[in-house]
This record gives sequence, structure tokens and C-alpha cells, in this order.
Amino acid sequence: MRITIDEETCIGAGQCVLAAPEVFDQREDDGVAVLLTETPGKDQRAAVDEAAVRCPALAIRLEQ
Amino acid sequence: MTDTTTGVFPTTRAEGCPFDPAVGYAGLRAADGLTKLSCPAGVDAYVLSSYDQVRDLLNDPRLSSRGAVSNHVVVDRELTADAPPGSIIHLDGPAHSRLRRLLTAEFTVKRMRALREYVSELIESHLDEMLAKGGPVDLVQGFALPIPSLVICELLGVPYADRERFQSHSVILISTDATTEQAQTAVDDLSEYIAGLVTAKMQQPADDLLSRLIQRGNESEQPLSMQELITLSISLLIAGHETTANMIGLSTLALLRNPEQLATLRDDPSLVESAVEEMLRYLSIVQYGLLRYATEDIEYGDETIKAGEWLVAALASGNRDESVFPDADTIDVRRNPATHLAFGYGAHQCIGQQLARVELQEVFSRLYRRIPNLRLAVPFEEIRFKHNALAYGVEALPVTWDA
Repeated sequence: MRITIDEETCIGAGQCVLAAPEVFDQREDDGVAVLLTETPGKDQRAAVDEAAVRCPALAIRLEQ
Repeated sequence: MTDTTTGVFPTTRAEGCPFDPAVGYAGLRAADGLTKLSCPAGVDAYVLSSYDQVRDLLNDPRLSSRGAVSNHVVVDRELTADAPPGSIIHLDGPAHSRLRRLLTAEFTVKRMRALREYVSELIESHLDEMLAKGGPVDLVQGFALPIPSLVICELLGVPYADRERFQSHSVILISTDATTEQAQTAVDDLSEYIAGLVTAKMQQPADDLLSRLIQRGNESEQPLSMQELITLSISLLIAGHETTANMIGLSTLALLRNPEQLATLRDDPSLVESAVEEMLRYLSIVQYGLLRYATEDIEYGDETIKAGEWLVAALASGNRDESVFPDADTIDVRRNPATHLAFGYGAHQCIGQQLARVELQEVFSRLYRRIPNLRLAVPFEEIRFKHNALAYGVEALPVTWDA
């Protein structure tokens, strides 16, 4: 699983951090989402999927 | 309860069902495609009533927020007027992103969680005071209104000595009983106060939102003007005060009317987060939905929404969509409906949602446990609801308990 975040589209709502706190965080200076790991383990799959669905700006892309 | 679709935008709730959205949405959701209805303010608008319609279109950059929020029902400005400087809810595209980017750092999950201790102390001290005084009390005046207001004061960096003045103005500002003149006076007084506060923060920056916002603006390509700072501050105040206050009052009433759900929540602290999301979904207090304007032709399903037409994203209706939330008209504190629409969707999704979550989670963790036998002090039928306000809630909530 490879995750990319479109930083331009991200609106800093923080939904991904709630859904998958071990994978996503927010930058301190502008709240934009950042990855804590680019290759999360399989156990994070469901949480990452939820993060992508919850994102109000559809800024998270997942590739197998 | 029958649900019929007429040609008029739904604004009336069924008698005896104060927690359900206005009558008519179920029929709209069942219909194929979009329905165009006439709205009280004299405009016709396509109503996005299903969960998917709301999500699909609120994320479409061809829709403008210039008419936000509920001008199709509660008219407070000319529909196609330019957004006032600093009015983040009315702006689109880069003008909106500029303000949003300057603010988001202040509302991150981490920063809001750091406020949790302050929020919990505030709640405990208000509960101490209520318990010492004894019932009956109006939970709205004594608890639901002051807590979010004081949290905003803390965030903005309003000095303690000024908080009472600030609070009394903000209560008038969001009151449904205040006359237009009273509301205007409150806006003028608050604007004047905030202008002074901004000047003070410019001269002597402190560790608060306003100081950091000024600094972040100054470091950007286009510093924030005084008018922008005042409008942003008042927007944060209204958005953060009224909504949370209404959620505290209305959730408490809805839980008191569903005692087994209240007991489930009270007996299992691990359900607090789920219960907050469920009450946000179930109550969806932005009661008329979000008004949007098509800036160009948009093909959606079999329809063409023409440039210049209006749309309303009915958040409350999408949140009762059975295809997404089975048994949607029932409260289930275990449901954890993480993808609900109560905070909106798209680029304008509520910037203060993580703050609202912390406030509501702390209230849900404490209020019902500190006062386990909380009950209404008047018959349910006597509770008055804010039927004509943008954010739905109870006017007052007289409660009592056994000492």
C-alpha cells in the first residue's frame, strides 16, 4: 500500500489523524496532513481506508 | 408520520418529533435525481438530499459559497453580493484557501487535544457551581452557553477581566430573541473590542490564536487587514459558540428522552467518542443545509445544473440516509458514524470540528456521570426549540436532580 497526500487540496480538517493516528499527522505551521510512514503495515489498512473516505477534500490517494 | 414532497423547501418539523429533520426529506431522498424546490427567501434551488448527492457536490469546485450559509431560508445578506473581507464562509478558491491556511494550524487535532485539560476544568467548575446551588437550573444559561464562550476567549486570548463583557455581547449576538438593533449593537461593540484586542496583540504578542494569526499573516504574501482580523474573530466566535452550545443542550434533551442510550453511554466511558459522532449525525443542527451557487454548467446524473442556479446541501437529510446509516432515525451511541455530514463536506468543512469534538467529549464524559439522575424540571412539551435559527437547539433546558 502506497499513500500520497495532495498538499494543495488538503484543508487541514484533521479527519485522517482521527481515523489513522499511527499513519497521519498535521504539520504544525499550517495544519496540512503529513505521513508518519509511507508504507504502513497491513494492520493499518482499514484505518487508512477510513481516513481516505473521511477526508472532506479527497486529498488522500491509495495505491496497492 | 407521512412524508410528502411538495414544491416547497422543507422547513417544518413534524409535531412531536423535534429531533427529526423537517418533513419532506425522506420523499426527496426516495426520488430519482435532484428535485428543484422554491425556498422561503424567494429563490429556487436544487435540494441535495441523499448522502451521496451532498458529498458529490459539496466537493465540486464549480460551486460557490457566496450565498452561504442559509440565505435561502434565513436571509442575512444579498444572495450574490461579494463576500465581505475576511468572511471565510463566503469566499471561494484561492481567497478562501489563503484564510483557511492561515487558520488551520490553530485547529489541528494535536492543538485541540492540548486544550482538553482547560475544557475539562471549566466543565468541572461549572458542574461544581450547579451542584452547590441545587436544581432546578437552566442548563443552557448555566452550562451550555458559557463553556464554549469561555473556550473561545481562551483561544483568542481575551484577558480574564474582559471575559464577562465579551460573553454578554456574544450571548446577544447569537440570541434568537434579540432585535436587529440589539444584535447590531452587539456586533459593533464586539468589533470595537476586538479591534482593541488586535492592536494590543500587535504591540505585545502572546501565546494565543490571535497573536499567532497576526504573525502568520505578516509572514505571508498578503498580511491580514484589521477588517479581516475582526471578521475572522467574530466568525470564529459565532461558529464556535452557538453551535457547540446548541449541541450540548439538544444532545442532553435527546439523551434524556432516550434513557437506555444515556445509561449505555454513562456506564461505558469508551463509548464517549462514538456517542458524540452519533449525536452530531442524529441532530445535524445546521438545520436548513448549506446554500451553494453554480458558477458554470454542471452535469450531475441525468441533470444539467445551469450556471447561476442555486443548490442546497441538506446535511440533516444526508445524515438520515438509510443506505449509509441503517435505522438512521434511531440514536445508537455505539454506531460511531465517522463519515457523517454534520460538519459539512468539501473545502469549507468546519474548521473548528476538532475543538467541538473535544468540548462535546468532555461534556459527555462528565455531565451525565456527575449528575446521574439528571432530569427535566418541566414537562417535555414545554421545551421551546429554535425553529427559525440557522443552528437548531433548545431555547432553554430547565433540569433538576436529586441532591
